Amino acid sequence: MIDKKKLSRRFFLKASGALAAFAAIPSSVKAFYEDTKSFFIPSKTVSKFKVSINKQQYEVDSDTRTTLLDLLRENLQLTGTKKGCDHGQCGACTVHIDGQTALSCLTLAAMVSEKEVTTIEGLADGDRLHPMQEAFVECDGFQCGYCTPGQVMSAVACVKERHTSSVGEIKEFMSGNLCRCGAYNGIVESIQKVALK
Amino acid sequence: MKPFNYTKTDDLKQSLSQKDETAQFIAGGTNLVDLMKKNVSQPDTLIDITKALPDTVEKSSNAVSVGAMARNTAVATNDTILAEYPLVAKALLSGASQQIRNMASIGGNLLQRTRCPYFYDTTTPCNKRKPGSGCSAYEGENRMSAVIGYNEQCVAVHPSDLCVALSALEAKVNITDSDNKAKSIAFDDFLKLPGTTPQKDNTLPDNALITAIEIPQYPFHKNYAYVKVRERDSYAFALISVAAALHLEGNKIVKARLASGGVAHQPWRWKASEQFLEGKAANATNFSEAALIAIKDIEPLSHNGFKVNMLKGAIETALKNCITV
Repeated sequence: MIDKKKLSRRFFLKASGALAAFAAIPSSVKAFYEDTKSFFIPSKTVSKFKVSINKQQYEVDSDTRTTLLDLLRENLQLTGTKKGCDHGQCGACTVHIDGQTALSCLTLAAMVSEKEVTTIEGLADGDRLHPMQEAFVECDGFQCGYCTPGQVMSAVACVKERHTSSVGEIKEFMSGNLCRCGAYNGIVESIQKVALK
Repeated sequence: MKPFNYTKTDDLKQSLSQKDETAQFIAGGTNLVDLMKKNVSQPDTLIDITKALPDTVEKSSNAVSVGAMARNTAVATNDTILAEYPLVAKALLSGASQQIRNMASIGGNLLQRTRCPYFYDTTTPCNKRKPGSGCSAYEGENRMSAVIGYNEQCVAVHPSDLCVALSALEAKVNITDSDNKAKSIAFDDFLKLPGTTPQKDNTLPDNALITAIEIPQYPFHKNYAYVKVRERDSYAFALISVAAALHLEGNKIVKARLASGGVAHQPWRWKASEQFLEGKAANATNFSEAALIAIKDIEPLSHNGFKVNMLKGAIETALKNCITV
């Protein structure tokens, strides 16, 4: 059995000794320690800004390095938008900024202040899915579903901007959204279906 | 990514006054944010210039001026550009994806960095990223690299499609330097060859900004083509691209313009081929001859010998498309 009383006395003596020793360190040594630390671990810079996502206003304090994608997923718990490659090559993170598609992984969060962002969470009308979401379900527009939020955001823009005159035009417009399950035929079908409505 | 300060101003002068070698301007961010994630670019300060530069397309009597902040999609769908400079729209639409075109600015399109894989890999030597460290691609994986105008210090190619069209159309790059002086640089003097300074892609003075691109008026809107050969049909960089524009009187070529991407550190003008074509009939024989003249000076690297025939075919196809499509 450990003698709690004894241990705590020893702890007290050790701790007070250590504190006294730390206080005795010349301030120049502490400054050197801080300098060294900041050299290896640079302190982050925080920026404060307002952002509107799915018509809801947020006031954000975030590291300037935060991308819109990380802000959505990590800070605001809007995890519908997916992180695929994080380098602008796959389209999984596609959102709308002021009504136009954009890659949230290559967008710094601080740069979207005063803009309107729409994510996959903002498409449905309450419990009613957006027509494009419905079409994806009906036409088998996905398999694993990971690329789907990005695909749907681009597909909505494809119809809205009228790039649906042919299968070729749809495929060209959708080329920035990769689907490794290969659900492309279902995706094209979904877009054609909504375009006809 | 290294931490940085972020500032934004809607004033050009103020943006320029904040710029020094530790700061970088950011517009669309489609290339810069990626470079920062990979620690290739490590600015201490980012100056957001999205509100400080013009984003309009303005027509004058003998040219069109495209604001540096105009997004690629906006320019590619602009009525004046579509009617009078369709080659620009065609080149723009053949680059990147619709999401990236919505974000990317015209000024940034010119200033984007090469996609040579060694430039992005900080564990390998690269003179463009770290001057004096060597070129990994020269004797390494150089399938996508240059076939002309390179040296052993750098074999990178400029990735832009728009720039190939702007080179063919002899555009001008309007800049404002750090002393707030406006200047105009001819396009072919703007992007440069690697020479002894491969770390510099262009002749933009330090801390200066592109404010607009000016494209002179010339009747190239009827007979033009942009041919891009790549590893997949969309959303890929060019192995070879060709911008061609002809001004015809009947079947006679009055003026010819021919430039290529994917071949050099800057868009490459095939001036000898242009001269050959001028005054001649627009037919397949002359087009083939022009292509043969172009490939005469090509010196491929160990992995890109295929580009020679590909270039010949792309030039022939582009010239034929000028009169048939």
